[in-house]
Amino acid sequence: MSLLEIKNLRIALNGDEDKQVVKGLDLSIEPGQTMCLVGESGSGKSLSALATMGLLPSVLKPIAGSIKLKGENLLEADAARMRSLRAVSMSMIFQEPMTALNPVARVGQQIEEVLEFHSDLSQSRRRTRVKEMMEAVHLPDVDKMYESFPHQLSGGQRQRIMIAMALVMRPQLLIADEPTTALDVTTQAQILSLIRELREDQGAAVLFITHDMGVVSEIADDVTVLKLGEVMETQSVDALLRHPRTDYTRALLRAVPSHVPRMARAAQSDNVVLSTNDLCKTYGGGGFFGKGREVKAAQDVSISITKGRTLGIVGESGSGKTTVARCIMRLIDPTSGTIMVGGTDIATMSQKELKPQRKNIQIVFQDPMRSLNPRIEVGQSIIEGPLNFGVSRDKAMARARELLELVGLPASAVDRFPHQFSGGQRQRIAIARALAMDPDVLVADEAVSALDVSVQAQVLDLLAELQERLGLGILFITHDLGVAAQICDDVLVMQHGRVVEYGPAAQVLGAPQQDYTKALIKAAPGRHWDFANFRPFSDAAE
Amino acid sequence: MTDQTASIAPPDRISALMRTREIVFSSPLVMIASLILVIVVLSAIFAPWVVPHDPVRLSPSVRLKPPTDEFWLGTDAFGRDLFSRIIYGGRISLVVGVAAAIFAVALGLLFGLLAGYIRWVDAVLMRAVDGLMAIPSILLAIAIVSLWGASLWTVLVAITIPEVPRVVRLVRSLVLSAREEPYVEAAIAAGTPTWLIMRRHLVPNTVAPLIIQGTYICASAILTEAILSFLGAGINPETPSWGNIMAEGRIYFQINPGIVLWPGLVVSVAILSINLLGDAVRDALDPRMAKRGIER
Repeated sequence: MSLLEIKNLRIALNGDEDKQVVKGLDLSIEPGQTMCLVGESGSGKSLSALATMGLLPSVLKPIAGSIKLKGENLLEADAARMRSLRAVSMSMIFQEPMTALNPVARVGQQIEEVLEFHSDLSQSRRRTRVKEMMEAVHLPDVDKMYESFPHQLSGGQRQRIMIAMALVMRPQLLIADEPTTALDVTTQAQILSLIRELREDQGAAVLFITHDMGVVSEIADDVTVLKLGEVMETQSVDALLRHPRTDYTRALLRAVPSHVPRMARAAQSDNVVLSTNDLCKTYGGGGFFGKGREVKAAQDVSISITKGRTLGIVGESGSGKTTVARCIMRLIDPTSGTIMVGGTDIATMSQKELKPQRKNIQIVFQDPMRSLNPRIEVGQSIIEGPLNFGVSRDKAMARARELLELVGLPASAVDRFPHQFSGGQRQRIAIARALAMDPDVLVADEAVSALDVSVQAQVLDLLAELQERLGLGILFITHDLGVAAQICDDVLVMQHGRVVEYGPAAQVLGAPQQDYTKALIKAAPGRHWDFANFRPFSDAAE
Repeated sequence: MTDQTASIAPPDRISALMRTREIVFSSPLVMIASLILVIVVLSAIFAPWVVPHDPVRLSPSVRLKPPTDEFWLGTDAFGRDLFSRIIYGGRISLVVGVAAAIFAVALGLLFGLLAGYIRWVDAVLMRAVDGLMAIPSILLAIAIVSLWGASLWTVLVAITIPEVPRVVRLVRSLVLSAREEPYVEAAIAAGTPTWLIMRRHLVPNTVAPLIIQGTYICASAILTEAILSFLGAGINPETPSWGNIMAEGRIYFQINPGIVLWPGLVVSVAILSINLLGDAVRDALDPRMAKRGIER
């Protein structure tokens, strides 16, 4: 008998037949197995997990089907029964470990609380059990860690605490909802191996929810692909990656950026459109009473981009890559160094002197939901820049229509508001807005990180096409080595504000010299798989 | 795969009229509150045609009468008709309430924008605001009135000034979070001048909270005016205002309690109605506050 068996699960908004968000999910997991539930946003993967835990928001109701845990139908269990099953028989870890932990309670006590409710161990036994568990998730210095508050721990450590909390009662089922999405790639690799290890030690079944095919290839035994609430296919991971049965899965896999650097392109010209020399940004210091603590967010960053080329800055969170982008845009003032845009040093210019230079360099931000003013029509957003430079309204609007068509949207979209567009569409609009200024350089700060993988591929294609047509120099900030490999000519790796390695993409990503770069590449999930060609790279080599 | 261009949701702008209707009919309580306010406002505007008697004419022969057919709510110590005085008093109270709300919001918006956007202004202005907030608002109002003498304008100033700091803080915090939005940074990158960034990208973010804050200021200004008048630091005693009527009636409370109770009731009901409406507006503009019912 399967440990968890979901049959024909249907979840609907307000219990309305016509508003189903999960449409007949079938799924079963054996003890000791990992089932990955894969899908893009809106596929209903998280809702299915929440339904299993009995944690659906009250507007969503399961209207049909069954969820059986060891033969017991959870949809028929009452609140008290569900409470006693949670933590003991099944438990869940979430995407964002900071918000899932209570910020004002010590982490050790938060784990102990689970034992307090669900076991009758004495206090000293509880404490020993918690410490054993914290050791099992490889937390260092357990005695000290027990007394820590969540904000004193790193993201990876918090997620380990969450896992310890979830597994302390040795539940047979662990549900992990995008547990590594908010983490850096090296931390992600550690957490994935921890989950694998604990599954083997405890013999638990894991329902692992993710959107990342790389993660799937690392952790799954079986995979269920969801699209808009419907099951596309269920297969073992190897079979799915090699022989996907549906067009949707094929398209999903094709969209995954490969970790092999793109073919080197010949330089179009030696016309340098953007360069920096020893750019530094230091926060803090120089306090009123003596010297405050200094944080060197970026140190001695020197880059150079020629017309029509793409430079990628890669690094983990806190590496200073976004600081560099914001300095170059002069959204923050650099502490020292030069920023040459089209032959002019803008690093020390006043805002007034800067204004005429602004049109040469434009930026696209990460979050498509926030990068457009929700209250004004997208046309108005696009023409804002040109109007500042004295272009007439009619002319600017005509250009906005052209640009929208250029980025693959209908010209009539100028009259619409941002909320009427999807995330990918908004990112296209943001690109159109940047292009309205006819810039020489486009800075893309994690511009595709918030998008679903298929949409991400489309936006990357769009950027490449625009670059070819307009000869843009692109500075591409990303944490995703796959994306960097796919579109960058040159790559610069940053860590703790310093440049670790800088060179042609093929060299940096293909034959890295520095240990940190090697570690980053090694940690990237799914680097052994050539998803787009449905085979591991080792096969291709034969 | 959800990206491609064909499907763009149709436009759905809700007109201001529909919005208003939605707010008023959101619950029976709000409907009653709106009705009361409409009656109070209309009777204040059309006071000369509504009142049965001249509110300031003295007639010593009918002093301190209980309610009769002629004097619906009785008369005060000078034989003036209480009902007529309350209707006229509404004019002062409403003007003070609405004007104080408008002035406080306008000043608060201006200073809040400057403080939120320009760092050195922030340092100076917010200390001044902190200082102002340290003084109890009634004391400050009494001080201002006694400095410049009692008139409608000084009372208005005295009521508005203590309300401004709260609006400044509200606007400043809204601006501080809105200016971090990528669309504001995109506007900076596009070379948009600062005043235009404020007008186009920052001010609209403050409108909904300011409307809500405005209704509360309106209610509290009406109350403060009544208190000031009651304490004798308000508008000239001969002008009827809700506070004045109560202040004068205090001495005769045992003979004719209606002189204090009726205006008191009107003030309470009017303020309650304004606050209810304010809550309804807040729920409509910020649905997160209202529909958070968890039924677990």
